[in-house]
Amino acid sequence: MLSCLKLIASPPGKVVAGQALFRKQDLLKMDSDEIRKIRGSKISMVFQDPMTSLNPVMNIGQQMAEPLIEHLDMTREQARKRSIELLGLVGIPNADERLKDYPHQYSGGMRQRVMIAMALSCVPQILIADEPTTALDVTIQAQIVELVKRLREELGMAIIWITHDLGVVANIAHRVAVMYGGYIIEEAPVKELYRNPSHPYTLGLIGSLPKLYETGHTRLYSIEGMPPVLYRKPSSCPFAPRCTFANEHCWNENPPLEDIGPGHKLACWVDVKSGSERA
Amino acid sequence: MNNDHETLIRVENLVMHFPIYRGVIRRQVAAVHAVDGVSFEIKRGETLGLVGESGCGKSTTGRTILQLYKPTSGEVYFRDQNLVKLKPEAMRLMRREMQMIFQDPYASLNPRMTLRDIVGEPLMAFEEVSGKEIDRRVAELLELVKLNPDFAGRYPHEFSGGQRQRIGVARALALHPSFIVCDEPISALDVSIQAQVVNLLEDLQKELNLTYLFIAHDLSMVRHISDRVAVMYLGIIVELADRNELYTNPLHPYTKALLSAIPVPDPEYSETHQRTVLQGDVPSPVNPPSGCRFRTRCPIADESCALKQPEFRQLKPGHFVACDKI
Repeated sequence: MLSCLKLIASPPGKVVAGQALFRKQDLLKMDSDEIRKIRGSKISMVFQDPMTSLNPVMNIGQQMAEPLIEHLDMTREQARKRSIELLGLVGIPNADERLKDYPHQYSGGMRQRVMIAMALSCVPQILIADEPTTALDVTIQAQIVELVKRLREELGMAIIWITHDLGVVANIAHRVAVMYGGYIIEEAPVKELYRNPSHPYTLGLIGSLPKLYETGHTRLYSIEGMPPVLYRKPSSCPFAPRCTFANEHCWNENPPLEDIGPGHKLACWVDVKSGSERA
Repeated sequence: MNNDHETLIRVENLVMHFPIYRGVIRRQVAAVHAVDGVSFEIKRGETLGLVGESGCGKSTTGRTILQLYKPTSGEVYFRDQNLVKLKPEAMRLMRREMQMIFQDPYASLNPRMTLRDIVGEPLMAFEEVSGKEIDRRVAELLELVKLNPDFAGRYPHEFSGGQRQRIGVARALALHPSFIVCDEPISALDVSIQAQVVNLLEDLQKELNLTYLFIAHDLSMVRHISDRVAVMYLGIIVELADRNELYTNPLHPYTKALLSAIPVPDPEYSETHQRTVLQGDVPSPVNPPSGCRFRTRCPIADESCALKQPEFRQLKPGHFVACDKI
């Protein structure tokens, strides 16, 4: 996702091929001035770790004012007023006074809310949320998820929510894409994905979760082996080394992402229900 | 799980305050009330889950039981011996019986030591063993946690998070302890790896008759691994019950809110169930609220809750709750 916003330092990173179209414009071809106008205003991002993503030597008010002054040409006073509104929107009490505080005076949940308020400050059309609740407690996570859902309705923005937590995904997403080893291996509307997971990896991920409302004791399903290394492009399916269904074909050719149902795409040679090769 | 009902660990009124010093003469001005009167028992072969939000004192409780901190007051009995009163040398020998698995598999292994040195260190510290003997025992331990014994000469950076956590487990098992404090052993691991480590911990428990105190904030994993579960909030235990009882019939409003906050990996479930979202953050443990500590965020609190701390009482056999409103 970082590469879409040209946030990967080059060198060493490099986009080898492909395009990222935003309103028919290729973000990857933009020069740094053009992309700057988009970043933080049309497309903004919430980072994973609220503890380190805020600048510790700037108070919250200064940090929040930055995008407002930069993108919306506000004066300091206007920016301050808008920041207070935004903090109110994400549910931080006494916003007026808390603008003078520094990040270390905020709790983790509040810092993540500040991050969200900053990301929303220029009313973006796309919000990229990179594991925004992973570092937070469940109760605070529930607050943030409800908040983002509410803001999505109110502001009509699109959200890309990056996470490893299948529980959160079920709560917030309309559509889900599952990635493994640098590829999207399955994509489906959220209910379809949970009802009918078709890639062995998706199946394993869902199976490895303990069921909260089970009473008997079952053993957890575990995917053997380790997450993949991304050093080279494999000519085999990236999941083949850990897959229980892998056959000759999987080792020789990486399966393409194909439609298998309405809105449901899959990159796998095997039909997990029968265990044999798909027609 | 076990018919053997011998109590292995008994914690009575454990209190751990960390003093805060200020000024030129470093006068104590306040204290962090990390653990404020916690009592429970763990039976041999049992797993007690300890859950709560970050900063509620879960890890401090685990560490204080092992006497890694000297408790402010309270007693910890291990097989009827009071650990708090033990002399340092007696305590050192006692440590063979109780070990710890740490949260962060990246920070808890010395990067300059090989696996053999890491896993063999407890042996060198407590037993007079030859180098050959250590090699043999280390190989055995690595095999026990399903790592290749040939890896003994490698360094921690050559391993993934899940493998490192197994190294931590092997080190904890080196001296055949009977009690292990697992301090969030899986929260730093990739989801697909968490199940591997949990299954390993369960297998080892059966095989070696281990007793676990399993500290975590992931409630669904705690339910999976524990026999009984204690819920902590701001330094005290608010509810303690058998795992099925706690999850199907939670009584304390905090437990209810915690359970309802868990994201259920089922889109249809989350569509039909309304969640109760708890407002605000955990108050500061330096200055906890008077009376019931949960009252500032509690949906059913009234004025009377501010007056006195609710008693931790047994409402049903084995089901304890600290709330006066039930």
